[in-house]
Amino acid sequence: MTPVLEIKGLRKEFKGFGLKNINISLNSGYIMGFIGPNGAGKSTTIKLIMNLLKKDEGEIRIFGMDNIKDEQEVKNRIGFVLDENYFYEELTVEEMKWVLAPVYKAWDEKTFKKYLKDFQLPPKKKIKELSKGMKMKFSLAIALSHNADLFIMDEPTSGLDPLVRSELLDILSEVIQDENKAVFFSTHITSDLDKIADYITMINQGEIILSMPKDDILNNYGLVKGGKELLDRDIRKSFVAIKENQFGFEGLAKDRKQAKKMFGDKVVIEKPTLEDVMLYYVRGNQNV
Amino acid sequence: MNIIISNSSDKPIYDQIAEQIKTHIINGDLKEAEMLPSIRNLAKELQISVITTKRAYEELEREGYIVSVPGKGSFVSAKNKELLKEARIRIVEEKLLEAVSTAKTVDISLDELQKMIEILYEEG
Repeated sequence: MTPVLEIKGLRKEFKGFGLKNINISLNSGYIMGFIGPNGAGKSTTIKLIMNLLKKDEGEIRIFGMDNIKDEQEVKNRIGFVLDENYFYEELTVEEMKWVLAPVYKAWDEKTFKKYLKDFQLPPKKKIKELSKGMKMKFSLAIALSHNADLFIMDEPTSGLDPLVRSELLDILSEVIQDENKAVFFSTHITSDLDKIADYITMINQGEIILSMPKDDILNNYGLVKGGKELLDRDIRKSFVAIKENQFGFEGLAKDRKQAKKMFGDKVVIEKPTLEDVMLYYVRGNQNV
Repeated sequence: MNIIISNSSDKPIYDQIAEQIKTHIINGDLKEAEMLPSIRNLAKELQISVITTKRAYEELEREGYIVSVPGKGSFVSAKNKELLKEARIRIVEEKLLEAVSTAKTVDISLDELQKMIEILYEEG
C-alpha cells in the first residue's frame, strides 16, 4: 500500500536550528500524533509538507505524488489547520468562506453549514472579532468541508478548552471511520493522543526520536521507581533517562517486562503516559 | 454487549477487549455467527486506537473465537464446545488461583479452604 504521507531524508537548515534527516510514513485509515516540545521542529516539518517553506533536501510524497510538483492536486485533497492564522481579518466568516470555497474542487457547502452550526460560529462576525478558539474552529470547519483524504493539523487543540478538544477528537475518530482517510496532527498536549492516536512520532531538536504504534509505547515502556542503591553504571545505561531525588530515583525503561525481571519487587513499575515518555527523552538528551 | 476498559490496569487494552469478548461468547451473550462491531466503530466508541481493536480481533481470531471475512466483518465462529469448555476451565483455575493466594496471605490451610469450597459448591 502506498503511504498517504511519506517523508524521506528531509533536511532544512536555519541559523542555529535545523531539521536533520526526517523520515515519516503514514498509511490511510490511521491517526498519527506528532509530538515534541516547543521549538522541536513540528511546525517547520508541517510547513515543509504544505510547501510553505523551501526544503534543502529530501522527498515529501503525498498520495504517492510529489508535494511540490503536484501541489495543486495534492492540496485539494488535504484539509489543513495551521498554527498561525491565514485569514483576512477584516472579512466576516461568511465572506472568508466565499474566498476559500472556490479553491477546492470538492467543496461541500452542506457539511460546512453543519459545522458552522455545531461549532456555533456566527457567519456575520468579522474574523478579527473571533476568539482564538473560534478561529481554530473556523479553520477546522473549512478543513473538514471539502472531502479531504488527509488532514494535516498543526496544534489544532492549543487554545481550545477541554470540551472543544474532546469534540475535535470525536470528529477525528469519525473521520477515520472511512479507512481511506488519515490524520496527521501535531500537539504538545499529549493527553489528546493517549486515547485516539494510532501512531506516535516524537521529534526533539530537529530529529525524530521515535515513530511507532502508540500501543507499543504504552505497553512496553515502563516508569521505574526505586531506591538509588539499585543504580550502577550498566543499569543506568539501560534507561532512557533517570531522574534522581534525595529519596530515590525514577527512570524510563524501554522494556517494562525486562525491568521487572531485573529488579523484581525492589521497585515500583508503572505504565507511562506519552507525556512521561516525551519528558524523559527530551530531558535525557539535555543531560548528555 | 458491554465492554469496559480500564486505563489504569497493567493489562494492555487489546487484551482487556479480547478477554471481555471471549466472556461474552462463552456466556452466550454473543451468539454463534453473530456479527461483531467493526474495528473502526469499536475504536471510535471506546475512544481508543484502531490498532488496539484490530489487535484484539486478531487475538480472538487466532484463538478460534471469531472469524473475519474481508469486506464483510467479523463473526462469532461456529461453536467449538471443547474450546469453550476449556476456556471456562481456565477461568475457574484463574479464580481459584486468586482464592488460593488470598487464602495464603491470611494463613488459611488447604483443609479449611477445601471445606469452604465444599460449602459454597453445595449452596450454589
